[in-house]
Amino acid sequence: MMNLIKLRKQHGFQTINDIKNALILDTHRGFPLLDESKCELNCSECKEICPTEAIELNPLSLDLGKCIFCGECEKICKGNGIRFTSNYKIAATSRNNLIVSSQQSYEEYELKAIEIKEKIYKLFGRSLKLRQVSAGGCNGCEMELAATTNVNFDITRFGIDFVASPRHADGIVITGPITKNMASALLDAYKSIGEPKIVIAFGACAISGGIFYESDELDRSFIENHKVDLYIPGCPPHPLTFINALLKYLNI
Amino acid sequence: MNNNWLEIKNLEAIPLSEIPRLDINSFREQLVKKIKSGERLVQLFGNKDNDDVVLYGITANDDNSKLYLASCIFDNKKEYESLTQDVPAAHLFEREFYEQFDIKPLNHPWLKPLRKINAELYNFFKMEGEDVHEVGVGPIHAGIIEPGHFRFSCHGEKIYHLEIQLGFQHRGIEKLFRKNNPVYLLKLAESVSGDSVIAHASTFVRAVESLSNCNVSYNANLIRAIALELERIAVHLGDLSALSNDVAYLTGSSVFGALRTKVINTTMSLCGNRFGRGLINYGGVNYEIDDALKSKILNTINSLEEEVNLASEVLFSSASVLERFEKTGIVDKETAIQIGMVGPAARASGVSIDVRADHPSGAYQYFPVHKLTLNSGDVFARAYIRYVEIIQSIKIIREQLENLSKENIISSLGSLEPNKFVISLTEGWRGEVSYVILTDETGKIKKVKIKDPSFNNWFALALAVRGNDISDFPLCNKSFNLSYCGFDL
Repeated sequence: MMNLIKLRKQHGFQTINDIKNALILDTHRGFPLLDESKCELNCSECKEICPTEAIELNPLSLDLGKCIFCGECEKICKGNGIRFTSNYKIAATSRNNLIVSSQQSYEEYELKAIEIKEKIYKLFGRSLKLRQVSAGGCNGCEMELAATTNVNFDITRFGIDFVASPRHADGIVITGPITKNMASALLDAYKSIGEPKIVIAFGACAISGGIFYESDELDRSFIENHKVDLYIPGCPPHPLTFINALLKYLNI
Repeated sequence: MNNNWLEIKNLEAIPLSEIPRLDINSFREQLVKKIKSGERLVQLFGNKDNDDVVLYGITANDDNSKLYLASCIFDNKKEYESLTQDVPAAHLFEREFYEQFDIKPLNHPWLKPLRKINAELYNFFKMEGEDVHEVGVGPIHAGIIEPGHFRFSCHGEKIYHLEIQLGFQHRGIEKLFRKNNPVYLLKLAESVSGDSVIAHASTFVRAVESLSNCNVSYNANLIRAIALELERIAVHLGDLSALSNDVAYLTGSSVFGALRTKVINTTMSLCGNRFGRGLINYGGVNYEIDDALKSKILNTINSLEEEVNLASEVLFSSASVLERFEKTGIVDKETAIQIGMVGPAARASGVSIDVRADHPSGAYQYFPVHKLTLNSGDVFARAYIRYVEIIQSIKIIREQLENLSKENIISSLGSLEPNKFVISLTEGWRGEVSYVILTDETGKIKKVKIKDPSFNNWFALALAVRGNDISDFPLCNKSFNLSYCGFDL
């Protein structure tokens, strides 16, 4: 008993209070700053090295939906034209917004990335129950989603929670590139959720296929045929990216 | 023993031409003999060589750090007598081989697809009788976890049999390894199983390094080992949190969960990712540990040691926890050996195997690891072994941090040698991760065969739950914490 009390005391209070302004370690690879003017003439090394073809040249752009944040482009760029910052609020409501262009500042990106709709708050602002479907991922995304409910991040205090049945859910969170073997189960889960519902694509795999984009074992028709309401980039995305994206989207 | 198998070591690249080629009957006979004499089946896989299918077998003698390799060719033969009848550990390997090459292992006790999801092909085991019922779960489970279909045959609460159908995560990873972009391949290895990033990435790059005769610096080897042990600590803590949660001991769930966050944030301060992505590179590591980071890691693991000791003392002395942990989901030693279990799950059943000690490479050559085993083979043992391994890993990290040098952290990688074969083994937190790489005549990678420890251990879960209540299933499952994607590949 004494040990239990000691343990409880040692544990203390672990929750991040001000989650909207939570600090993250500088080493975290978040929003990338691009500067085409620093590009060396005809150098295309960043594009060639990128494992997920996230980089386009002339003009220089980086697709956060494809990027796995490995930092290899930053390492190879001789002119420092690509630099990853630790800014983690990188989610967006439209696929196009995820494409970062040269000279685009983080503030500019963040301002327009998530489009807030009054209706969403009315529908889900005080209670949003989500069903997660893992569709071929590596379980990194699953671990980070599970972490959002732990004592540190405690997403449930905002009325957001993960539920066991799609019938109890207001939306679906997809992780993984969607394998052929999971395509129909994902569709079943989606159909079982009552209207209105939201679709969240969590991680590079769900958004674009990620590192598996060229695999012939995938069936990404779900993403092509359904509207995705919220894209959460990362490999895997940090729990803070997810929580802040939802808070902003729900206008909490 | 009179046999033709080639004796090799972990990470020893050998010319393809030296691999003994036996006919299937002697291959089978000798493999069975080897396993009966106490060796362990590490890999059994097929590869298309020109137009012929070649089956490679690798066994290990864990007492003298030796591996044995042989192959056999199937020119037009479409069947052979299954190995599983004599070597139960070959069960899944043979199913995989059959699925990939359509060569039938005759008299295989349970020949079914492994990763092809097709209800017609998949005959579930049936139990008949009054009051017998089936409970089917999945592919989507209740929590935030990966998909798989579990079918329980029950009588009342009691589980008689559990059948596990996986394959839902099948992404065709081994095929993607044919792509000719080294950065891509490395990132792919990191994504085989996201909770074992360091284990998979370092096993892969070690194989490549040995094919190109690249020497990794002492310093880089230490950083790799430190990251690997951090990975082990983090997942073990997460598992203790989940196990506490499953027996409604919520303090444990919170405390171990918060401790895990500390550890993965330490990994992030090292390489910018909480799971260690981006740390490992060919020829070494991308990030060094400077004095400031070193003292930060030391401080973290010192306080962690104290906190884990206290939290575990409370967990493992609580009567209500022990009541659920003890004598639940037992796998005995003999079964564990027969079905070829690996990792902490095997050690909890009294099987003394640990790649770090048995086939040491990298930093484990300079800092030998003691093997820890428990005997009861139940949930308690699988939970308790995690605790003792966390403490052991903390000691390993401390020892290695003290020995960091100023040496460079990355050496350049030459071109790969043509026509070679190499096997690379690493003890990840879940057990033995192995990669086999074959190169073609130009030195290009032509085949990568991956085996995650889950491949060895999934069947153990099915056996562990027999005779237990269905309500104890989540607990048994969590005590193994197996990878679906690592299995499905």
